[in-house]
Amino acid sequence: MEPTNDQDPSYYHKVVDCQWACPAHTNVPGYIRMIAQGQFDDAYMLNRESNVFPGILGRTCDRPCEPACRRDRVDGQPVAICRLKRVASDLKGDISDRLPVIPSKKNGKRIACIGSGPSSLTVANDLLPLGYEVVMFEQFGKPGGLMRTNIPEFRLPDKVLEDETQVILDMGVDVRYNTPVTSLRALLAEGFDSIFVGVGAPRGKELDIPGRHDEVDSHIFIGIDWLESVAFGHVSSIGSRVLIVGVGNTAMDCCRSSRRLGGTDIKVMARRPREYFKASPWELDDAEEEGVGIIVNHAPKRFVIEDGKLIGMEFDVLDWDPGAKQSTVLRTVIIPCDDVILAIGQENAFPWIERDLGLEFGDWDMPVVDKATMQSTLAGVFFGGDAAWGPKNIIWAVAHGHEAAISINNHCSDVDLNDRPPQGMNLVSQKMGMSEWSYHNDYNPSPRQKMSHVELTKRFESLDLEVELGFSLEQTVHEVQRCLNCDVETAFNAPACIECDACIDICPVQCLTITSNGDEADLRSRLSAPALNLDQDLYVSAPLPQTGRVMVKDENVCVHCGLCAERCPTAAWDMELFDLQIPYAASANFIRIGAMSPSGASRS
Amino acid sequence: MPSITKPLIPLSPLPKNDLGLTIRDYEGQMSTLCAGCGHDSVTAAIVHAFWELSTPPHMIAKLSGIGCSSKTPTYFVRGAHGFNSAHGRMVPIATGAIAANRELTYIGISGDGDSLSIGLGHLMHGIRRNVKLVYVIENNGVYGLTKGQMSASADIGSRPKKGEANVLAPIDPVTTALSLGATFIARSFSGDKEQLVPILKAAIAHNGFALIDVISPCVTFNDHEGSTKSYKFMRDHEVKEVETDFVPIRTEIRAKIPTDGAIEVTMHDGSSVRFRSVPEGYDPHDRMKVEEYIRDRQSRGEIVTGLLYVDESAKELHELNATPASALAKIPYASLCPGSAVLASMQEDFR
Repeated sequence: MEPTNDQDPSYYHKVVDCQWACPAHTNVPGYIRMIAQGQFDDAYMLNRESNVFPGILGRTCDRPCEPACRRDRVDGQPVAICRLKRVASDLKGDISDRLPVIPSKKNGKRIACIGSGPSSLTVANDLLPLGYEVVMFEQFGKPGGLMRTNIPEFRLPDKVLEDETQVILDMGVDVRYNTPVTSLRALLAEGFDSIFVGVGAPRGKELDIPGRHDEVDSHIFIGIDWLESVAFGHVSSIGSRVLIVGVGNTAMDCCRSSRRLGGTDIKVMARRPREYFKASPWELDDAEEEGVGIIVNHAPKRFVIEDGKLIGMEFDVLDWDPGAKQSTVLRTVIIPCDDVILAIGQENAFPWIERDLGLEFGDWDMPVVDKATMQSTLAGVFFGGDAAWGPKNIIWAVAHGHEAAISINNHCSDVDLNDRPPQGMNLVSQKMGMSEWSYHNDYNPSPRQKMSHVELTKRFESLDLEVELGFSLEQTVHEVQRCLNCDVETAFNAPACIECDACIDICPVQCLTITSNGDEADLRSRLSAPALNLDQDLYVSAPLPQTGRVMVKDENVCVHCGLCAERCPTAAWDMELFDLQIPYAASANFIRIGAMSPSGASRS
Repeated sequence: MPSITKPLIPLSPLPKNDLGLTIRDYEGQMSTLCAGCGHDSVTAAIVHAFWELSTPPHMIAKLSGIGCSSKTPTYFVRGAHGFNSAHGRMVPIATGAIAANRELTYIGISGDGDSLSIGLGHLMHGIRRNVKLVYVIENNGVYGLTKGQMSASADIGSRPKKGEANVLAPIDPVTTALSLGATFIARSFSGDKEQLVPILKAAIAHNGFALIDVISPCVTFNDHEGSTKSYKFMRDHEVKEVETDFVPIRTEIRAKIPTDGAIEVTMHDGSSVRFRSVPEGYDPHDRMKVEEYIRDRQSRGEIVTGLLYVDESAKELHELNATPASALAKIPYASLCPGSAVLASMQEDFR
């Protein structure tokens, strides 16, 4: 193999599995160390830099970081990254003086954001400090988009949502509440310098089976519409027997909300076996803990309506082949119920975008959006969040918002949208002395801490009682120690190596080998321990000075204990803190001003 | 000394041996030797050898004298028996232990000071008695524990870190052992586990005294320019013409490895040592030729490594003394020590 290019930030970045997996590349180990030292404000601000909504995400994130976490491969349980984020948010003090300063003199550019969800708010967060004016159009009377309408208060308290959205709105967003945008043509005519579309995927999928439209009064609901009505207080009760069709995270929110609005016999009806569910495992656990039944292998056949009244639903009971590709119907069954909530997916809908504006629509009637720049085919109109490529989640919306902000800044500065600032990195040695590091390098065998919940007897008293209590101080102390500090990287300097084998002998997971070079498959097979996880890279050094062999490191289960560096007599191994420099609109502006006009004068 | 103990990682995908143990089960305490010490690599090679042979840890006894080298038994096979004896006195202690219990596998770790200065007399008699002991000399040419004075194995002209070059002729454990009639003689290098591990395995299988002289650089006092026992010097001057593989018994049953012309030595336990390559005319059974070859290479400034001499036909201590097949330690006391009346009658025979 060619020597690994460790000057490319992406090599070390990939070693930090959580940060690599996070769409917004949150510096997870960095903020966990800050929590460990009681620096909650710092931990919060480090989070906010990349993910903007630490308090909201600390409760609701889909956590792509956690399945990726190296700790999962080390003891079978990832670090509770998401819940630690909430700790930082819950325990932070006043951070108002650490927020970006908004210039009183504006740069003369006006941006329209359609929707006030996470992607639009991120765009505003990134552009306001640069002097942009941001006008935000919101169809309802409160901000937050799907974070408000679709996530029940027992998971995300109103205050947390309010605080983090308000921080951005207070930077000077001109919000137009109760103002749905009904025509893009009309908006374009208003002369905005750029338009960002962050309207989400607002239409719940319909289930057109017999009986769907035969009711006199309505007891069949579309999940996200129903959750929205609940969020705004338009719905305050439901029948005692409720069927939820679908088994994604919306279904989980529907069933648990039903439980609080009068439902006592609630069943979530799934077509496929459990391992194919879309819902996050922890949301399934929470629903089951509240007594919700999860019924697998039932495909909806018809609504049973008698005298214009819903009395039940008929299902095909399926038998799936291994792999759940083909099914056969074993029998049908009628399950009686009072209400049905359909939570089988969401779709995008853009009835307000005229199709003759030059904004192209492609497959599935979705706008054609550039993956890197977030721009549609109509210059100056950008998409992000669920509006761009269909339903994802909050953290993706934030990531889209950051990218769109860079594009909008470029667009408004007559810079090519593809001229995007690159990622950079800092690597700093953490050596403090003989066998002494600036981080806690010992492996802590603590198991993952379990989140405590409000007692079941009290939980259903009100809709806004938050179920998760957050980690106690003691739990926090244990959980932070489980982080392996993957960002404290093993950095190797081949010319200094005397090939004494000390690092190889000391490594607790046998991830190091000195051997003759070969192609990747060959090398993977003849390391100290075979490198079987192909998702994890091999580090290959330049030829070593004495024998010309190479140092190979399998990144898979390195626990970053630093013993290789402690045992190295020549400091060829060092433990160095990797800090990913993520470009944002503001940093792009800074870099470009520096490059273009040494005086630092602002651009037109 | 490391800041932490080498952690045990629950799911670390380490392979297991026939006993279901991973290599971590053959480790010992954390080494307190200098970072980069050759001795730690020898320790690791021993760990590998015992793990690969699936030797039950409780069937191993590890012994040593005094010195940096003699600290190392603490760092491997924590489940083994051990005895850290007085300076240079590991062989007599080992001889006693072996006499009492022949069922264990014995490994003694010594250094060039412990073996070639204070303990040389004992080493010679261990060879003479052919006690079944793996005797590893971790040879770095200096007294590391007393801050780097030249030892009895330092070559003429080798420079210490400070002070004058050495003028005294070295005692070479390999040629010394050859002349004393040792039955298993090898030299290796701590920086070359591919060679050292099979030699250790062969030594463990050998029926008698197995001497392995391992050049093991002292990173602190003898790894500089001018040293003849540095990592660099060894890599520049090592001659690996004698190459061997160790073939465990079970491999032999599974697959017939072609042996065209190669020299093969069947060990006492049925395993074998195969000489993959030897120089033209080399015979690892011919003491004279081996010595001639080593001295010839020495005169050219080269250090020959490998399993250099082996004689599997010689009798070891117990065979020489016709002791019972089972361990003396397991013979009931009444039989082992039949009392003064029997002693008196035995003495009567000698009158």
